[in-house]
Amino acid sequence: MLHRLRFIPARLIQSIPVAFGVTLIVFFMAHLLPGNAALALLGQRATAESVAALTTQLGLDRPLPEQYLIFLAQLFQGNLGTSLTYQVPVSDLLVQAVPVTLALLLYALILSLFISIPLAALAAFRPGGSRDLGVRGFTLVGQGMPQFWVGIMLLLIFAVRFRLFPVGGYGTTQLDHLYFLFLPALTLAISMSPTIIRSLRSSMINVLESEYVGTAKSKGSYGISLFRGHVLRNAAIPTVSVIGVNLGFLVGGSLVIERVFALPGLGSLMINSIFSRDFPTVQGVTLFVALFVVVIGILTDVVYTMLDPRVDMSKAVRA
Amino acid sequence: MTDMLLEVENLVIGMRRAGRPDAVIVDDVSFSVAAHERFGIVGESGSGKSLTLRAVAGLLPKGVEVLSGRIAYAGKSLTGMPPQERRRLMGPEIAMIFQEPMTALNPVIRVGEQIAEGPRRHLGLSKKAANTVAIEMMARTGIPDPERRARAYPHELSGGLRQRIMIAMAVSCNPRLLLCDEPTTALDVTVQHQVLKVLEGLCADTGTALIFVTHDLAVVNQTCTDMAVMYSGHIVESGTVADVLGDARHPYTQGLLGSAPDFDRPERRLVPIPGFPPSLTSRPAGCPFAPRCALAVDDCSKAMPTTELVAPGHTAACIMTAGVLA
Repeated sequence: MLHRLRFIPARLIQSIPVAFGVTLIVFFMAHLLPGNAALALLGQRATAESVAALTTQLGLDRPLPEQYLIFLAQLFQGNLGTSLTYQVPVSDLLVQAVPVTLALLLYALILSLFISIPLAALAAFRPGGSRDLGVRGFTLVGQGMPQFWVGIMLLLIFAVRFRLFPVGGYGTTQLDHLYFLFLPALTLAISMSPTIIRSLRSSMINVLESEYVGTAKSKGSYGISLFRGHVLRNAAIPTVSVIGVNLGFLVGGSLVIERVFALPGLGSLMINSIFSRDFPTVQGVTLFVALFVVVIGILTDVVYTMLDPRVDMSKAVRA
Repeated sequence: MTDMLLEVENLVIGMRRAGRPDAVIVDDVSFSVAAHERFGIVGESGSGKSLTLRAVAGLLPKGVEVLSGRIAYAGKSLTGMPPQERRRLMGPEIAMIFQEPMTALNPVIRVGEQIAEGPRRHLGLSKKAANTVAIEMMARTGIPDPERRARAYPHELSGGLRQRIMIAMAVSCNPRLLLCDEPTTALDVTVQHQVLKVLEGLCADTGTALIFVTHDLAVVNQTCTDMAVMYSGHIVESGTVADVLGDARHPYTQGLLGSAPDFDRPERRLVPIPGFPPSLTSRPAGCPFAPRCALAVDDCSKAMPTTELVAPGHTAACIMTAGVLA
């Protein structure tokens, strides 16, 4: 088992140039935005002199390549810089925001598996049957609804109308978090499930027709035990990569959903810092998200390797 | 006839369209297998031999079903039995070996676990005890170093080993009837010989009856005591292996023998059967073999010949040979 995970160090090293590219793009893209932080900080009634003074103080008047090199040099020392608006290290801001977003993503992933696996099984059991049609209808509708709209609808129904859940915020205790994050996580899960269901359904149909399921039946296996023992794991293999790719998109979606549910996560931090031209924070958040997506890619391959003994990623890396 | 382990009577397998029988693939097949008997079913691809076997196992592919007829195991009708009762028979009473062990084994589960699954379910063994049984079974099928091999995945084993795993899996609950669907077709000749020896040895030890589906007459000759020859969904000839192969009455059986090499007479020229088997949708009226048969007369195409007794325990369905010998 362990020898098949040899690919991880190589993949981590490969991710370094990726991170570099990301910093480069993020840095120059951020500076394409009109306006600057000094202006945003001082407000509309600032004089030209005070703006110029603050610009010099913040180092924003230096040439862009120089600013980028300073940024990189700091990065190598583990310093993401200081937020222009909050005047605290960007890393402190990340430490506060990251757990919220990670919890939200994990929660959404778990919920979407709870939705997808039974529905996909229901559909795959008799393709073309009425249940299959129902599930396929759900995936179409689920895919067609915009995330933020689903979020708002859930809020209106479950938080405003029935008062079952809070309208926003994150809570204070662990249990609180689970409760407060339920609706936003459900929103993300609803938008992620259709893709998972489609992938799982088609791979389950293939698996159910395979010879080894016939073998399992010839051993008297049936129903749930047949499903758990010989269908789910095999069908999950192609779906894992689908989930991996979609988690990347889900990060983007979670940024919007955090706004809808007023969660103090990366999304809120990102949007606030873009509006205030707080470049160090924008760069810090983007860098983190980029690295996170790289890590998801590696984790996907790890899960893939654990599920399918035929896969050897170390060979794929060398090839 | 109640001492028969398996009785198949007038079995018709086919597909339905809009609730009505549409295509008939296996037509009016009857045979019976006694305890300890080793019964071979020979025929070319598409003759319906594998579907007949799968019907016995209850593993017909989606859309294909038993349209009429009766399959009885130890006097009890399998076709009329509730599914959960039938599933309880699968493993401890009836087991099956498939043609291609690579696709018939689950690629993501260790082979030892796959063998242990049956004993855990049917014999109520613990995981550990079932694992011991699995290793024991692997040793009995002649797998060297079974403890280590039990932890292997199917793709890590050779074709011969994989088929031994299939055999170990099938016999793990001591079934009384073993269904083999061309178990040696995917193997090369030397490995095929070894696997057949293992199978024969196990059946001789435990008294398990065997139904062996193959297209290979030599394999039937080596393994079976009785046999049936299928052509286009019908049994055209049946009897003991010695009778059928030594004194073939049906022109199709004679054609099969004439087209297979005979090591005792290597100088003999092989004579192929001309033409192709009929397709399922355009099966000719009367004897399906008539268009390819050298002995065919006009009457052959009028009605399906009845199955006649040509010698004690030896039947053939041909108006020419049955008429000649009557």
